[in-house]
Amino acid sequence: MTDERLIVGPPDDHEMPTVKTHTTAELRRYLRGGKSLWCPGCTNGIVTRALIDAVLSLEIDPEKVVVIAGIGCAGRITSYLEFSTVHTAHGRALAVATGAKLADPELQIVVVMGDGDCAAIGGNHLIHAARRNVDVTALVFNNSIYGMTGGQAGPTTRESDRSKTSPFGNPETAFDICELAWAAGSTYVARGTPYAYRKLVQLIAGGIAHQGFSTVEAVSDCPTYYGRMNTKLDAAGMLAAQKEQAVRVERFEPGTDGGRYPVGLLHHTERPRFVDVYAEVRKRAGWRPGADGDGDEREGR
Amino acid sequence: MAQPRRLVQGNEAVAEGAITAGARFFAGYPITPSTEIAEALSARMPAVGGTFIQMEDEIASIAAVIGASLAGTKALTATSGPGFSLMQEMIGYATMTQVPCVIVDVMRGGPSTGLPTEPAQGDVMQARWGTHGEHSIIALVPSSVHECYTLTVDAFNLAEQFRTPVILLSDAMLGHMREAVALPDRDELRIAERVDPDIDPADYDTVGSTIDNILPRPALGSPYRVHVTGLVYDPISGAPATASPRVAGDLGGYLREKIYHHHGAITRVEDFMMEGAEVAIFAYGSVARAARAVVRWARQAGVPVGMVRPITLWPFPVEAVDHMAEQVRTVIVPEMNLKQIAWEVQAAVGGRAKVVDHGRVDGQLITPQEIAELVKKEFYYHRFD
Repeated sequence: MTDERLIVGPPDDHEMPTVKTHTTAELRRYLRGGKSLWCPGCTNGIVTRALIDAVLSLEIDPEKVVVIAGIGCAGRITSYLEFSTVHTAHGRALAVATGAKLADPELQIVVVMGDGDCAAIGGNHLIHAARRNVDVTALVFNNSIYGMTGGQAGPTTRESDRSKTSPFGNPETAFDICELAWAAGSTYVARGTPYAYRKLVQLIAGGIAHQGFSTVEAVSDCPTYYGRMNTKLDAAGMLAAQKEQAVRVERFEPGTDGGRYPVGLLHHTERPRFVDVYAEVRKRAGWRPGADGDGDEREGR
Repeated sequence: MAQPRRLVQGNEAVAEGAITAGARFFAGYPITPSTEIAEALSARMPAVGGTFIQMEDEIASIAAVIGASLAGTKALTATSGPGFSLMQEMIGYATMTQVPCVIVDVMRGGPSTGLPTEPAQGDVMQARWGTHGEHSIIALVPSSVHECYTLTVDAFNLAEQFRTPVILLSDAMLGHMREAVALPDRDELRIAERVDPDIDPADYDTVGSTIDNILPRPALGSPYRVHVTGLVYDPISGAPATASPRVAGDLGGYLREKIYHHHGAITRVEDFMMEGAEVAIFAYGSVARAARAVVRWARQAGVPVGMVRPITLWPFPVEAVDHMAEQVRTVIVPEMNLKQIAWEVQAAVGGRAKVVDHGRVDGQLITPQEIAELVKKEFYYHRFD
C-alpha cells in the first residue's frame, strides 16, 4: 500500500476531539432499519457505526448532517443512515457535495465513497475538491476491490493481486489514497482500521471537526471477493491481519513494506476554507448581506 | 419597470435572466460558444450574494448544480455540445431524483469537437433523449436576445414548478449576437419560488403534495429528512425499491406524467401570420428569424405563408402541429441539423400535409433566400397540380 514515497512527518500538535462510543440503542436512532446488503464479514458496517459514533461525539446538530455518497458497496450507506442522505451517481459524490456546501455552508457534509468511486471514476473530483479545500469530509471505504459488481480490480488493488479482471495477477500499480489526497492539497489526511475501532471514530470525528477538506481512509475488508481470491483469510482472519499490517504513523518506517501501512493522523495543516475565501470574493464584488432587498441575508441563497 | 434599452449579447441576456429568476449558484467549465455566460456570472453571482464556481469538468459542473439545488438554491450551468454530452448522465440523475435546475446548451456544430465557433441545432434530440432510460424533459428554444432573457426566467419557473431539469437550447449565433433590448425587471415577471412541503416533517413523503401548482422540494439540512437516490425509489420513504416492479413502473409513469399531463401549461408556440396560410414554415431558434423575414416578404407579395414557431421544443407541441396540419397543405421545416425535428413534425402531421425538410450542418445559417426558394416551389408546383 505504501513505500518510501510517502512523506509523513509526525503529526503536529493538532488536538484530536475526544470521542466516546455509544450503545447500540443510542446508535439505532440514526439507522433507518431494514436489511443491509453488505455481506457477512464485511467491515463496512463497522465503519458506518464509527461514523455515527463520531457525529454523536461531536454533538453537532443531526439535522445539519448530510451524507453524500457515490455508487458501490460503500454508497449504500445512504440507505442505512437516518440523516439527510444523497446517493449520487458513480464517482460524482464530491462534486455534488461541493455544490451543496457552497450553497449552504452550514451543512456538515460527509462524503462516503468506495476506493473505485473515489480514486478511479471520481479521481478528478477528489484532487480538485482537495485543491479547493472544500470544507467536507471524504470518508473512503477502501476494500481494494469493486465489490458491488462482483470482485474486479480497482485503482487500489495491489500489484499482483488477483481479482475477477486480473486472473493472472494485477499488472497495475495501486494508488495510495492518502498520499493522493495529501499531494492534491487535502488539509487533513488520516487512515484508520475497523480493528482499532475507537481510533477510527476519533480520526473520523477529527475529519468532521477539521475546517477544510479532510480525507479519512477507512481500511475495509471484503472477505467475499478480495479475501477469497487473495489472502484466503476469512472475515476474522482479515480483521486480525489489520492488526499486523496497520502501524501507527509515529512508528512507521517507510520502505519496510511487507504489506504494512501507516495509520493515524498522517497530515494536518491549516489553510482558508473555500467558503471563507469565496465570502471575501463576494465582498470584493460589492455584496452586502440584505443589500439587494430580497430579505434573505444568508450567503449563497 | 423595464430596464433602459441597451445592446445586450444573447449569452449576457441568459446570465441576467438567471439572476432575475433568483438563481444564486452557477457551476461551469469554459467552452465555446457558451463561455460568456460563465464570465458574466463570475462577476454577477458574488455581487448578489450567490456563488460562481469553475469546476474541473462539465460532469462536475452539473453535479455541483444538483448539489446546490438540493441545498435549496436555484442553480444553473451553461455549456455547449461536448460538455452537454458529458452532462447527460447527471441530467438523468436530476430527472430521476426530481432536482430543479437549468442547463443552458449553446449549440455549436458537431459531432465531437466539430465546429466550435459556428451555430447548429444538432443537440435538439440529445436534449430529449441524451440521458439513458425512459424519462421526460422540458426544453425551451429562444430565438432572440430578449427571449434568451425571458426564457431563462421561464426555465427556472418550470424547473421549480415541475421539480425537474429544464434545458435552454440557444446556439452560437444567438449566444454571440447583440440586439438592442429593454429587458423587463423582476417585478414585471412571474417568478416561481422554491416551496417547502406544507406537511409535518414526521409525515413528509418524498413525492409530497402539490402546493400552488408547485411540487415542493425540501432542502438538505431542513427538518425534512431528505433521502435522495438515483435508484428506483419508494415515493413515500425515498428508499431504494429496486425489487418491486410495481414501484418501478409507477415511478416511471409518474416521472413521465408529471410533465406530459401538464403539457398544455408548459407548451408555448408562436403563430406568426398563420391566418389563411396555405403553407407553414415550422422553425425554431435562430432559424425562425430567417423564416419570419420570408413570411413578411411572402405576405407583402400576397403569398399565403405563415410560421409556427415552437418556443417549447420538449415536450413536443403536438397539438400545435395537429392544428397546423389541419390548416395547411405543406409544412416546411428548416433546421440546422438533418431532419431531427422534421421527423417529429412528420409523425405529428400524420400524412395530412406534405412535410418538406431542409437541413444544413455546415455551420452556416439558413438564409431567408434559401427558405424563400422552398416556399416558391410549393406555390409553383401547386399551380400545376
